[in-house]
Amino acid sequence: MNDHDHDHPHEPITNGDESAAAARVRALEQLLVEKGVIGREDVRERIDWLVSRSPADGARLVARAWVDPEFKSRLLGDARAAALELGLDPGPSPVVVALENTDAVHHMVVCTLCSCYPRALLGPPPDWYKSLPYRARAVSDPRGVLDEFGVELGDDVEVRVVDSTADIRYLVIPARPARTEAMSEDELAALVTRDSMVGVAQPVTPSALPA
Amino acid sequence: MTYLAGQRVRVAARTHEGHHRTPAYLKGRTGRVERLHAPFTNPETRAYGSDGLPLQPVYLVSFAHGDVLPSPASRAADRIYADVFEHWLEEAE
Repeated sequence: MNDHDHDHPHEPITNGDESAAAARVRALEQLLVEKGVIGREDVRERIDWLVSRSPADGARLVARAWVDPEFKSRLLGDARAAALELGLDPGPSPVVVALENTDAVHHMVVCTLCSCYPRALLGPPPDWYKSLPYRARAVSDPRGVLDEFGVELGDDVEVRVVDSTADIRYLVIPARPARTEAMSEDELAALVTRDSMVGVAQPVTPSALPA
Repeated sequence: MTYLAGQRVRVAARTHEGHHRTPAYLKGRTGRVERLHAPFTNPETRAYGSDGLPLQPVYLVSFAHGDVLPSPASRAADRIYADVFEHWLEEAE
């Protein structure tokens, strides 16, 4: 029963093990449906779309860019158009930007204000991407965060933290690992991890792949 | 006022009641325009049921990391990039 004092009795606002955030979202959804702003079907369709996305799509873009310099220029010029060229869904944002990591420059992406993320190309963001510590520390101490993720950068590498503060979505093109010249495009795509496209990891090296 | 790539700009230091997409840590800071993205609807009005028109140009602006959030680990060349709506930008010397 309620453990606070006001003039009507009711059950606790939370529902068993449901978290406060989940209860709040459920209440909000209920209100939006009751007011006719959205339908249950809209919510289900959006969730289905989101969970159907995966980093494999982003990895296809990166692998193609690694093997085809002209495609890479098009990807850097207009990532949305480049995704459409490969038959991929670039998502609702009208502007998608690909950023190239090189020996001299390392990009990493954060959304300090919320959790903006190229969901269409990478799938749902990992929990750490949405966490307050990542959102704060990615901008205040980017090299410290990269170090914790296992990315070792020399002092001569320029770190660029990209704070995704508006409607533009950012995808990092990690540098192609050494000794991958003989690999096919599909084999290369398997090296491109989600985290490497957020800029907090390097791609998998071929020797680290399971045999 | 349209800004060009390479131009020095300052993020307005003003406060804003209600939803806006200009992070506090960049307010009052001076940076460099990297690119003009495109015009977008204005989140400050769109958040409250408006269509967000007129469209506002959005720029990718970069800042020296040491000017914004000095950290012992950061190097002189390290930068922070952020998207800033044009009405939050001012010309800088």
